[in-house]
Amino acid sequence: MPELAITVIGPDRTGIVADVAEALAAVGANLTDSTMTRLRGHFTMTLICTGPPAADAERALVRLGAELLTTVREVEACPDRETGEPYLVSVHGADRLGIVAAVTRVVAAAGGNITDLTTRLTGPLYLLVAEVDLPPGREGELAEQLAVAAAELGVEVTLRHAESELL
Amino acid sequence: MKLVTAPSAVLSTPAEEVDPTDPAVVRLAEELIETMWASPGCVGLAAPQIGVSAQVFCVDVTGHPKAITTHGAFVLCNARIVEASRWRPGREGCMSVPDLTGDVKRAARIVVEGLRPGTGEPVTLETDAFEARALQHEIDHCAGKLFLDRVAGAHAIFPRKVYL
Ligand SMILES: [Zn+2]
Repeated sequence: MPELAITVIGPDRTGIVADVAEALAAVGANLTDSTMTRLRGHFTMTLICTGPPAADAERALVRLGAELLTTVREVEACPDRETGEPYLVSVHGADRLGIVAAVTRVVAAAGGNITDLTTRLTGPLYLLVAEVDLPPGREGELAEQLAVAAAELGVEVTLRHAESELL
Repeated sequence: MKLVTAPSAVLSTPAEEVDPTDPAVVRLAEELIETMWASPGCVGLAAPQIGVSAQVFCVDVTGHPKAITTHGAFVLCNARIVEASRWRPGREGCMSVPDLTGDVKRAARIVVEGLRPGTGEPVTLETDAFEARALQHEIDHCAGKLFLDRVAGAHAIFPRKVYL
């Protein structure tokens, strides 16, 4: 079944998630995977759903108001492929241009696929935490290259295995 | 006393071991305790946080709701974790990272060895729960590590609530 990839961005307010979810439910959209967060006061929602034609979902979201930026696109279903080992990368230091670009390029060069990433700027402190799916046997190389990049950027970096126990 | 906040080199540099009988270390220990008590909500403070790269920290979790075993207010020099078990996630903050908190997995039962300032007497301290967490956090400071280096994932970082 075709899926819809939807993004919604706008100024945060109480009830915004309920409004978006209701609008989609009203046109028969079934939310599968979604993530919603606030970034510096902006409400952001990214989701995959199945059900209605893209045009129906789009019309339903547009009706929520002009301050919301929405996109709807039909996509082919494609399962997540995680074939490696889960790792965590933390980077923190003084904010400067290009930290995310430099660090993520190093991760990609080692064959690491970033599966989740958060950055925060608070005062002068910039923080990046990335979850990485890394092919077996590449940890040493990635740690080395991250250390080189961190020294050039003047930031601190740690790479560690993300153990996940099943309880 | 102005606390050092991240980003700062002294917070990210592994600190030197100290001679616990050195009068300067004894003064540093007193200064740490005074600064901790003068900072509302502060349950531990390491020398790098007041700008001194030295393996000295203080802890006082007395009366904290998450504490079980407590050893009152104390200072340790050159401390090492010699046993750690019962790993548990928990929310953690830091006076040197004033705007963020994070979920960090720590051992809920630890044995720590260190030296007392002044006498230099070796101490072995066995503790659990919140005091164990505080000790691991402070020993990390002495190793140039922040809780940011140990957060449990990309969604384990939170803005700190502002208490007015
Ligand atoms: Zn701290």
